Amino acid sequence: MATVELINVSKSFGSVEVLRDINLSLEKGKFVVFVGPSGCGKSTLLRMIAGLEDITSGELRIDGQPMNEVLPAKRGIAMVFQSYALYPHMTVFENMSFGLEQAKLSKPEIEARVQDAAKMLQIEGLLDRKPKQLSGGQRQRVAIGRAITRDPRVFLFDEPLSNLDAALRVDTRLEIAALSERLPDTTMIYVTHDQVEAMTLADRIVVLNGGIVEQVGSPMDLYESPASEFVAGFIGSPRMNFLKGGVAEAHGAATYGIRPEHIALSDERGDWSGRVVLTERLGSDTFVHVEVKGVGPVNVRVEGRADFASGETVYLSPDPASVHLFDPQGRPVVRSVTP
Amino acid sequence: MAGKTAQSRLSRNRTRSAWLFLAPMLVTLFVVAAWPLGRTVWFSFTDASLDLISQARWVGIRNYLEWVDWGDGTGQYYGLLADPRWWRSVWNTVRFAVVSVSFETLFGLVIALVLNQSFRGRGLVRAAVLIPWAIPTIVSAKMWAWMMHDQFGILNDMFMRLGLISEPVAWTASPDTAMIAILIVDIWKTTPFMALLILAGLQMVPQDIYEAAKLDGVPPTRVFRKITLPLIMPAVLVAVVFRALDALRVFDIVYVLTPNTDATRTMSVYARENLFDFDQFAYGSAASTLLFLVIALITISFILATRMDLEGNTT
Ligand SMILES: Nc1ncnc2c1ncn2[C@@H]1O[C@H](COP(=O)(O)OP(=O)(O)OP(=O)(O)O)[C@@H](O)[C@H]1O
Ligand SMILES: [Mg+2]
Repeated sequence: MATVELINVSKSFGSVEVLRDINLSLEKGKFVVFVGPSGCGKSTLLRMIAGLEDITSGELRIDGQPMNEVLPAKRGIAMVFQSYALYPHMTVFENMSFGLEQAKLSKPEIEARVQDAAKMLQIEGLLDRKPKQLSGGQRQRVAIGRAITRDPRVFLFDEPLSNLDAALRVDTRLEIAALSERLPDTTMIYVTHDQVEAMTLADRIVVLNGGIVEQVGSPMDLYESPASEFVAGFIGSPRMNFLKGGVAEAHGAATYGIRPEHIALSDERGDWSGRVVLTERLGSDTFVHVEVKGVGPVNVRVEGRADFASGETVYLSPDPASVHLFDPQGRPVVRSVTP
Repeated sequence: MAGKTAQSRLSRNRTRSAWLFLAPMLVTLFVVAAWPLGRTVWFSFTDASLDLISQARWVGIRNYLEWVDWGDGTGQYYGLLADPRWWRSVWNTVRFAVVSVSFETLFGLVIALVLNQSFRGRGLVRAAVLIPWAIPTIVSAKMWAWMMHDQFGILNDMFMRLGLISEPVAWTASPDTAMIAILIVDIWKTTPFMALLILAGLQMVPQDIYEAAKLDGVPPTRVFRKITLPLIMPAVLVAVVFRALDALRVFDIVYVLTPNTDATRTMSVYARENLFDFDQFAYGSAASTLLFLVIALITISFILATRMDLEGNTT
């Protein structure tokens, strides 16, 4: 059964339409990630679900109930803001209990809920501190803890990791994944523009672009069968190679897409030959940028270490099964693969 | 060891240049604040008069308090501390400060809350609100003096037409209304200043916590009491101290609007009278010195009582 349903939802700010005809049905207990480039309307969509923005047209339902006119506090949702939005003058405990007092819970009940959430996030020792006495990562935990105490049906995150440094971002990402395991009945909706976060966390990814939904699917669906050139370019790192001209026309398409990891590289023979322009060594992988004659620049991923000098001639063989073809509108072309 | 000396030489250097940068400020402060203050205190212990300032002689605390024996076993206290007119002016000043600052804070807060909302023409309204503050006090006091004039004033005219009063009131001349008159003018003039300082405080409050409160389902009145008010309190308290310092020294409004009235004579007016009108320079200096002490005492007590955060540690 779906917990969150959006039916023909649109949003305009004045005369500017930022979201158009969004239809989504998000299953209970799933981890859903909204991903897309900056300004595509991810936050706006999330804020409409939270009730912080009005819905211009269309309907929002949670557990089958229409929610358009329901106050944010009555929707059974909790939200973690990008900026954490902690009350600066309250202690961690007060931050977490403020909403519960409002919900008229008894003192012992509030105490118990805060302690539970604090234990889950290992912030028991911080309950008497003010937000400014905490590190960024600790503030993040408090913000998540405050959301947990509300015991929501739907958990909303708006780019919760963007203010953390790289190492902490990875740790916190793992913790959020663990959290969703521990709350199997809670639907998680998570906004990010980072496709790695989307791929690692999501059960389902919703790719937004320019105010419309490009594609909805599991991470592997999106990776293996992107429904548009945009999705193909957005999902996967490093980016898919998009080749125009002769190669594409030979396959009856406008664009020929092949991921760097689906090209075999050899110094003896292959379908294409070209010169090495640059090699990027990451230790576990090496990315070789090759200028292929008559095709254009192609990025190839080689596992482990590979030593190529700039200007050296190499041979590339794309895996025919992993080629993606797109028409001039960026829609996929039905494949008739012959390399 | 070498590292340590290098370190301390560095910090010694930094200390020295810090003093170097502070020196012009300290010299200026000494010349315009400490020196005149010191001179005033010194004169208050002498018999200086306006035309014989250079021949001032030390007379101890006579200007403040002196027991004069009549020679028949009876006697009387003289001096500032025994002068009922002085105590009356202290009382007038404190009353004026408390009432005006309270109203200004209240009105300023309300106006700031309104100006903090977004509505069409907000920029214009914000600028317009500042007009009373921008007019020089002497000018606005004169303006109000005409408006409050007992025969030609617009205030009496309006109130009569509305039937609020049956005969013209001599707002500034009557001892019953003189204090009210200067309070009205001061509140009218200074509320914008208060509103602006509080507005600055309001704009420091991050907006996202209001959204968090919305998700927590906190009703507006509780949001105001539990979130807005505590967060703007430091700004409000600083504004109150600024205004209280001003109000306790009030001179120009009183001098223009209600000169020579016991009902409104403030400490500053009292000091000026003695310094220049009554040719009691030493006695006026004593009043000025006490004025300084009273203001310092009240301000320090206020800062301590509200545990005001002067170093900016709370938010
Ligand atoms: N209050 C507003 N008034 C007018 N336009 C707005 C408002 N809020 C957002 N927009 C516009 O709506 C569009 C979507 O904004 P939104 O914040 O949802 O983007 P986003 O996908 O979250 O981007 P980012 O990744 O940068 O956070 C943007 O073009 C933005 O300019
Ligand atoms: Mg956003």
